Amino acid sequence: MPEQTSVGIELADVTKRYPGSREPAVDGFTMTINPGETTIFVGPSGCGKTTTMRMINRLIEPTSGRIVIGGDDALSLDADDLRRRIGYAIQQAGLFPHLTVAQNVGVVPGLLKWPKKRIEARVEEMLSLVGLEPEEFLRRYPRQLSGGQQQRVGVARALAADPPVLLMDEPFGAVDPITRGNLQDELLRLQAELHKTIVFVTHDFDEAVKLGDRIAVLGDRSRILQYDTPEAILANPADDTVAGFVGAGASLKQLTLLRVRDIVLGSAITASVEEAPSSVRQRMATEGRKFALVLDNRRRPLRWVHDRQLGGASLAGIGRPVGDVVSTQSTLQDALEAILTEGGDAVVTGPRGEYAGTVQLDTVVAKIRELREEHQS
Amino acid sequence: MIKVSLWEFVTDRWPRLAAEAYQHASVVIQCTLIATLVGVLAGVAVYRSPIGSTIATALASTILTIPSFALLGLLIPLVGLGVAPTVTALVLYALLPIVRNTIVGLGGVDSAVTDAARGIGMNRMRVLTLVELRLAWPAILAGMRVATQMLMGIAAIAAYAKGPGLGTEIFSGLNRAGAANAVNQALAGTLGIVLMALLIDGLYLLVARLTTSRGIRA
Repeated sequence: MPEQTSVGIELADVTKRYPGSREPAVDGFTMTINPGETTIFVGPSGCGKTTTMRMINRLIEPTSGRIVIGGDDALSLDADDLRRRIGYAIQQAGLFPHLTVAQNVGVVPGLLKWPKKRIEARVEEMLSLVGLEPEEFLRRYPRQLSGGQQQRVGVARALAADPPVLLMDEPFGAVDPITRGNLQDELLRLQAELHKTIVFVTHDFDEAVKLGDRIAVLGDRSRILQYDTPEAILANPADDTVAGFVGAGASLKQLTLLRVRDIVLGSAITASVEEAPSSVRQRMATEGRKFALVLDNRRRPLRWVHDRQLGGASLAGIGRPVGDVVSTQSTLQDALEAILTEGGDAVVTGPRGEYAGTVQLDTVVAKIRELREEHQS
Repeated sequence: MIKVSLWEFVTDRWPRLAAEAYQHASVVIQCTLIATLVGVLAGVAVYRSPIGSTIATALASTILTIPSFALLGLLIPLVGLGVAPTVTALVLYALLPIVRNTIVGLGGVDSAVTDAARGIGMNRMRVLTLVELRLAWPAILAGMRVATQMLMGIAAIAAYAKGPGLGTEIFSGLNRAGAANAVNQALAGTLGIVLMALLIDGLYLLVARLTTSRGIRA
C-alpha cells in the first residue's frame, strides 16, 4: 500500500444555489479543514451542513467556489475518481442488501481494480479493524446484521481503499444510545490509529464534543457561527445562538474533555496494613487530617479510616472500603462522579492499580474557572 | 375419421401436437424475452420521472385493452400473416406487466443505498447495473411471469393470423364442430396450453430461486 499522508481540505467561497430558490442553500462557505483531524459540522436540521459536506465529494455540485483536497482541485477531477479516494459513510449505512458483507466491503477496491487476493485480504483486515470477526461475518447478508453491525460494515466499506479523507453523514443517527456510544468509542480508537481527515456531520452537540478535534457550529445557509476546539466553544460560545446550541450544562460537558492527568493531584495520608495505628494517628494529627488511606502491600488502595477508628492494635479490617477509583486516563466527569459517590476525595490509581493521588472537588472547580478565563481573554 | 377417445387422439397425433406445443412455448418465451428487453429499457428510461412513469404505464395499459383478436386482425395488413403479426402482438401485450414492474422495482430501491453507491464512486451505469437492477430483479421477474402466463392464452388466438402453436388445433377443432374428433382436437390444444403454462410457471419459480441473491429473497 502506498504511504498515505494526511491531507487537508480547503473550501473557498463555496456556494450552492438551487434553481428556482432565491436564497442559496449554502452561501460563501470558507473553511480550512486540518489534515488528520476530525472536524464536526454541527447545526440544526436544514442548516445546510449535509449539503456542504456532500459538495466535498461532489454528490452535490457547487454553484461556485473552490474546493481543494490535499492540493488537488476537486472540481476539476473526474467526480467518480474523486469519490473513490474519499470514504463515505451515511446514516442507516446504505449497505447493498443483495451483496454479502465481504462483497460490500470489497466494492471500492473492486472499482479500483485491485487483484482478487489483495481484496480478500483487505476485507478481512477491515472487518477486524471495525471489531467484527471475519470468519463469522464475511458471508452474511446485511439483513442478518444488527443496526450497529451494519454501521460497522458501513465504516469498513468506507475505509476499504484506505482513502485519506472520510466523510460521515450522521452515521450513528439511527442506532440506539448504547450502541451509538460504543460506535463513537470505536471511531475514536480507529482515528487514534489511522489519522484520517474526517468530516463528520451531526445535529447532536454532545456527539460533536466527544468526537471532534474541531467543531464548526453552523447556522442558516451553512453560515459558520463558530469554528474552534470543543474546549473553546464550551468555555466561550461566540454568541447566543451557539450558546443555545451548546445547551445547558456546558461546564459539565467540559468535564468530559478533561482528563485526571490534566490536573494537579492532591495527596492523602497513606498507611500500609502493617503500620501501627498509633503511628498513623500521630501523622494525621501533625497534618491536621481526619482520614487516612490504607494501602495493601502492592500500594493498592484498600480502605479509608477515620482517626476515631484507630484505637485498636492493627489496621486490618477497619474503615470503609474504597469504592469508585479513577485512573489518570479517566475524565474529570468520572472523577466528579467518584467524589460524589464516595462523599470525599476521589482516589486515583496508576496503570497497575497502585495509589497515585487524589482528586479534590476544589481542584475540579478551579480547573473549570481557569479554562473559562483562558478562552475569554 | 373414426371417433376415438381423447387419449387415443393425443397418442395418435403426438408428433404433430408435440411440435405445435414446442412452437407455442417457444414463441411465448421468445416474445417474453423481447418484451423484457424493451420493457426494462423503457422502465429504466422513465423511472426517475413521475410523469414519464405515468405515461409509460398508461400507454402499456392501453395496448392491453385492445382485444387480441382485433389487434391480430389489424396487424395482418401491416405485417402480413404468420410469425410477424404473432410476435408483434405478443410483445406488445407482454409490455405492460414488465414495464410496470420495472418502474415499481427500480422506484422501490432504498435511496440510502443508491446514495451510498454514488458516494463510494460508482458511475450512473454501475449504480444501475450493479445495484438498482439487481435489487429490482425479483419485481421484473414477477412481471415476466405474469406476461408469460398471459401470452400462453393470447398465443392461441395467433392461429387466426396463421401463427404457430397449439391455437391451430383449437381453431381447426372449433371450425369442424360436430365432425368426428372435433371436440378432442380443441380439447387437446386447450389442455396442452394449460399444462405448459403450469410447467413454465414452475420453471419461473426455479429461475427466481437461482437468480435472486439470498440477501433479498423474500
